[in-house]
Amino acid sequence: MANIHQFEVIVVGGGGAGLMAGLYASKTAKTAIISKMYPTRSHTGAAQGGISAALGNYEEDKPEWHMYDTVKGSDYLGDQDAIEFMTNEAIDAVLELEHMGLPFDRTPEGRISQRPFGGHTNNETGKPVRRAAHAADRTGHMILQTLYQQCIKNKVNFFDEFQVLDFIMTDGKAAGVVAVELSTGELHTFHAKSVIFATGGYGRVFEVTSNAYAYTGDGPAILLRKGIPLEDMEFFQFHPTGIYKLGILITEGARGEGAVLINGKGERFMPKYAPTVKDLASRDVVSRAIYTEIKEGRGVDGKNYVYLDIRPETVNKIAAEDGRTNPDGSPLRITGEVVLQKIPDIVDFCRVYLGVDPVTQLMPVQPTAHYAMGGIPTNKFGEVVVDDKGTIVPGLFAAGECACVSVHGANRLGTNSLLDIVVFGKHAGLKAAEYAASAEFAKMPEDAESASRSEFDALRGGAGNANVYDLSNEMKNVMFADVGIYRNEKDMQSALEKVRELQKRFKDVKVGDTGKIFNTELLNAWELGNLLDIAEVVAASALNRKESRGGHSREDFPDRDDANWLKHTLITKKNGKLEISYKPVVITKHQPKPRIY
Amino acid sequence: MEVTVKIFRYNPEQDKRGHYETYKVEADENDRVLDVLELIKGHTDGSLAFRRSCAHGVCGSDAMRINGRNHLACKTLIRDVGANITIEPLLGLKVAKDLIVDMDPFFDNYKKMLPYMINDSPLPADGKERLQSPEQRARFDESTKCIMCAACTTSCPSFWASDEYYGPAAIIAAHRFIFDSRDEGASERLQVLSETDGVARCHTAFNCTNACPRDIHITQAIGEVKLAMVTGKLD
Repeated sequence: MANIHQFEVIVVGGGGAGLMAGLYASKTAKTAIISKMYPTRSHTGAAQGGISAALGNYEEDKPEWHMYDTVKGSDYLGDQDAIEFMTNEAIDAVLELEHMGLPFDRTPEGRISQRPFGGHTNNETGKPVRRAAHAADRTGHMILQTLYQQCIKNKVNFFDEFQVLDFIMTDGKAAGVVAVELSTGELHTFHAKSVIFATGGYGRVFEVTSNAYAYTGDGPAILLRKGIPLEDMEFFQFHPTGIYKLGILITEGARGEGAVLINGKGERFMPKYAPTVKDLASRDVVSRAIYTEIKEGRGVDGKNYVYLDIRPETVNKIAAEDGRTNPDGSPLRITGEVVLQKIPDIVDFCRVYLGVDPVTQLMPVQPTAHYAMGGIPTNKFGEVVVDDKGTIVPGLFAAGECACVSVHGANRLGTNSLLDIVVFGKHAGLKAAEYAASAEFAKMPEDAESASRSEFDALRGGAGNANVYDLSNEMKNVMFADVGIYRNEKDMQSALEKVRELQKRFKDVKVGDTGKIFNTELLNAWELGNLLDIAEVVAASALNRKESRGGHSREDFPDRDDANWLKHTLITKKNGKLEISYKPVVITKHQPKPRIY
Repeated sequence: MEVTVKIFRYNPEQDKRGHYETYKVEADENDRVLDVLELIKGHTDGSLAFRRSCAHGVCGSDAMRINGRNHLACKTLIRDVGANITIEPLLGLKVAKDLIVDMDPFFDNYKKMLPYMINDSPLPADGKERLQSPEQRARFDESTKCIMCAACTTSCPSFWASDEYYGPAAIIAAHRFIFDSRDEGASERLQVLSETDGVARCHTAFNCTNACPRDIHITQAIGEVKLAMVTGKLD
């Protein structure tokens, strides 16, 4: 007999957004969080540098400045009503985390400590401002732990190691989800009034990425197959400083603490590209600068990397040149001990993976695929919006990286992802519970599990001449090379064709493991199907947008084109064909202007 | 270089007991053990089961025994362990399949520690943060680093001897709150830890400290909890 569960609210995903949604929904509604991993394994835990809020604990700061920086960072593609909502809620959100017990680092006065970050500025002077509230370089870990702990305290229901495979809709309303229990291979049907997707990103479509194996775009892929549009999928953030080849993130907080980028000739190059904030420009700007240095032959030893330098002698020399000061006005000077205290995990990563000690040696870095600005379109309450008229799917919600509110537009500011999951996770949870309080359960069809069963059967019954591991590598290579930091028509066209060829070959995958218990081969194959579907819409959306904006940089259309492209992309899949439409950007306070750092 | 990898295999749907399979793969000395497992799974035997996610030592999914000692597969490089590698599941937890063990008892022990801030006092009147000096914050910094990978608990002889013992990871979770100046639940947690299955079962073997991929001084932290229990002092 089928395993059937009923909850008023189902949250899919146990990272920061999912836990926050579950925590808030469970205050008034019968709620469960379904996660394909134990929640503490979620990728929120890998976020390092901080969460932004204009607390002003060291120096003057205002939510309005945070708003403007976010709008500018988004290259004017972010919806300003949603951005203002988020930056206004930021202070209370960070304080709430503290009240929940989050162990932030502290100022000498005992308040939450804050550090400078890329694109965070005093709007009057243009100088960097300390806005990123942090706990060493493991802020995301602390947020994940704290929210999980609060869920335990509040007795939230969890289904750990359950992979959601399908979203069920009846008469245009959410009816629930189908999931497989990994430890048994059994399918389960979860009947719900509200379903909140919080499945995270999909950086695993790219070769060099900071993202976890789990980041396979499950939520967006499931909804795409249900005819729900995805928004702004062409905008993917490449973080400037990934460890060379491995892609492991080195936080922007390192540059916040004074580190600088150095090319193969030993020159500091960021002042050329961002004269005011230099190494603390927005991520898209810094990634392009690194790529340009490499392209023009100034990589290290002719290779695809540059150096990040946090050696105290360098930091102190440059801080003196730039006139950087401590919060108390004294000149900024650091020691090896400070480096260990401020970025202990980064030091550890470099020692383990590179055999390099950042206190005395240079760190080889290259841009790494990091964050999806695009995703499932929502309004600021997490309701999924399917067109340009604000039409929602009753009972369907999304929050966190899998969603596109859009507060990040064409390029996300560092630390705004952690803010996003806390603010919009909370509001999605509240709205989902509010909806559940008045809605009836939509009818769950008798054969709810049949689509999931057929998907699995297809994977078990393929011809067997395609290999998941190889297909995956081919996809990652072509996406990183041709739909990466710099893009052009010809390369993207061939990438799109390649992805479609891989989708065809994917039909011949045969999963050898016929068992039910922890059949991770079957799961990985199913996840690759999601990645391929996502890669296709990323490439198609990127090919379609004939301008450069934020994280989307085209060699053949190098300029931003507000006259034609100041609009969001919506992409849907109908009868196997992609269709693109648009919706306007919400502009309230800040008219687009050239973006100079 | 060619690497020989001997892996513990157990599929409960087919096998009465576990056995070892040996694989030979080409790897670079800077590859992670996890990369080698992925390669074997990708090209030789897709049914090989193990957990992994972040692949850089922060999510805690891939703790396993590598050449007899607990490590994270993603934080252990071939150059650290050599060309002959034996990989086995963690000890003391039931093997579900290959390198995957049943983690539920581990998380159940964690939950017994009341692992959340307990503070019923009113929040500051200005609605802002509870104040905490950098020194007070540093007091429990070590134990905030825990990623709950279970490398410590499953290396502990006392845990092997009795799986009723909460184990070092759970005590670290308690430590994180007991020594947080904002928390008011220390006495409740110390009460839990004073029971038979609490800190008394720690015989300072130091295996936990050696196993911790986050370099937490676990044995010392457990010692601090024991001392707090005796003296009632939390500083």
